Amino acid sequence: MLGAIWAALLLAPYWMPPLGGYTALGTRVLVLGLAAMSVNFLLGFTGVLSFGHAAYFGLGAYGAGLTLKFLAGSTPLSLLCGTLLGGLAGALLGALIVRRRGVYFAMVTIAFGQVFYYIAFQWSSLTGGDDGLRGFARQPLGFGSLSIDILGNETYFYYFVLICFALAVGLMAFVLSSPFGRTLIAIRENERRARFLGIPVERHIWIAFTLSCFFMGFAGALYALTNNFADPRGLHYSQSGDFVMMAVMGGMRTFWGPLLGATVFVVLQDYLSSVTVNWMSFVGLLFVLVVLFFPRGLLGFIRRGKAA
Amino acid sequence: MTQVLLFNITNGLIIGAFYVLMALGLSLILNLSNVINFAHGGFLVLGGYIAYAISPSVGFWGGLLIAPPLTALIGLLVERVLIRPLYGRDPLYSLLLTFGLAFILEDSTRFIWGAQGKPVTIPPMLAQPLSYEFFFITGYRLFMVAVVVVTVALLFVLLRYTRLGIRIRAGTLDLETVSALGTNVRALRSLNFAVGIFLAGLSGVLAAGQLGLEPTMGTGLLMPSFIAIIVGGVGSLPGTLLGGLLIGVASGITAVFFPSASEAVMYVLMAVVLLIRPRGLLGEEGMMT
Repeated sequence: MLGAIWAALLLAPYWMPPLGGYTALGTRVLVLGLAAMSVNFLLGFTGVLSFGHAAYFGLGAYGAGLTLKFLAGSTPLSLLCGTLLGGLAGALLGALIVRRRGVYFAMVTIAFGQVFYYIAFQWSSLTGGDDGLRGFARQPLGFGSLSIDILGNETYFYYFVLICFALAVGLMAFVLSSPFGRTLIAIRENERRARFLGIPVERHIWIAFTLSCFFMGFAGALYALTNNFADPRGLHYSQSGDFVMMAVMGGMRTFWGPLLGATVFVVLQDYLSSVTVNWMSFVGLLFVLVVLFFPRGLLGFIRRGKAA
Repeated sequence: MTQVLLFNITNGLIIGAFYVLMALGLSLILNLSNVINFAHGGFLVLGGYIAYAISPSVGFWGGLLIAPPLTALIGLLVERVLIRPLYGRDPLYSLLLTFGLAFILEDSTRFIWGAQGKPVTIPPMLAQPLSYEFFFITGYRLFMVAVVVVTVALLFVLLRYTRLGIRIRAGTLDLETVSALGTNVRALRSLNFAVGIFLAGLSGVLAAGQLGLEPTMGTGLLMPSFIAIIVGGVGSLPGTLLGGLLIGVASGITAVFFPSASEAVMYVLMAVVLLIRPRGLLGEEGMMT
């Protein structure tokens, strides 16, 4: 299974075009898949429902974009700044809200997420406001005398994103398999029991929230590099909804589910918006159908089928 | 200056009254069914458009009377078919479902009535300003506030003195016991949902008279209602009332001194409340947290 996923990802630029896809679509899937996996780090493995994670994704995007535009034309530096911006904002707000649970937590995360949307929207002199942040571009990677042109060549850029994706996902898997990650799952399964065992639940949830925001900021920074553009709508709660949907649709109790969900979601949205103006209704319908008939998601569904 | 300040405070109160109406509906559904109704804004818009569609034959007053119950009826249907299967499951699912539903509602209104905004005519007797010195207090604004006050009063009477209301309040505290005592919890939740959607529909009709109609207007009104609930305290209806008025007035006053921050001040207020009193102003610790 693991081998098949990596093989498919590695060879994507070769098998996608014959199937009617294009390399940039693959890049989008990777980036949004990473974002959905970051949401799921919290949702599926800690059992905490954050519905405002797009804020940290968007902060990552603006962090990367602003770095490239005003600070220095360095791709790695922009990734670092974006990740830090998203993660630190998450750490700060996380401390305010970790005591809340369930729907209350969801509501507070939405409302705080909107703060950043609002800032990006209003502060036009810095962020470009409603039009989004333009006027920056990812820069070729330089290793001494060797320079890799990830700006002009979509395939090179795909592999650059794939390496970033692999690093982030590897780190995520490492955290989840560590004693800390096991503890998060224990909290998800039975918070009260975890508390009785002496686990500082709030601190664990805060760390999980912060880590997931760092991953989210990283994904957002990659997204800004992908589009050479950062959009206030990337911070909006409807974007958060999309991420949660990807995680649920793919299977939120599985590690790879969100990537599968993101693949289906991105391809479907790409297709629908090209054939109908009423694509919003179809996406809405998809939400309703998945919730009513596939609450375990695609991977969860396949796994249960195997077990039966 | 006094005039400007007064203007904005009045404005804030009126907007606040509006948030209250919407947030109370959201809060009712949240408290009893643990459902964050993302589609609330969609129902609001639907109410406004229904009133618009029937007003040629029944007039403004007819629309005001008929549209909210019609919206509530649609809400009842939605609850019965889509939301009922989700009770007892993780709140995540109802959240995602209503989120998708909001998309569908917005897109449907756009499909039926077009993306262009629609102007709504109000009766001439309500359109006039009441005095020249305080030009901003038009009859319609006063009328809006009056409707909100009456509705909120009726809602609290319903909750305080009727069997239905007492059961709703009891169910908010302990649904299992209420069920064990012989109340049909399914019917209770349906009725409660319908009451919430009725309030959304009514807000829609009132908003249409002031702002006109647009398919996207629901989304913009949703977030202030969320903040009103959080500031007032999740689980407390009087809290929602207080929260709505508070953020309305706060943004009204801010509009005088620092217009571009008039919306941001709501979020600041929320952050401050969460820092000092995490349960919200009138919320009780341990409920819904």
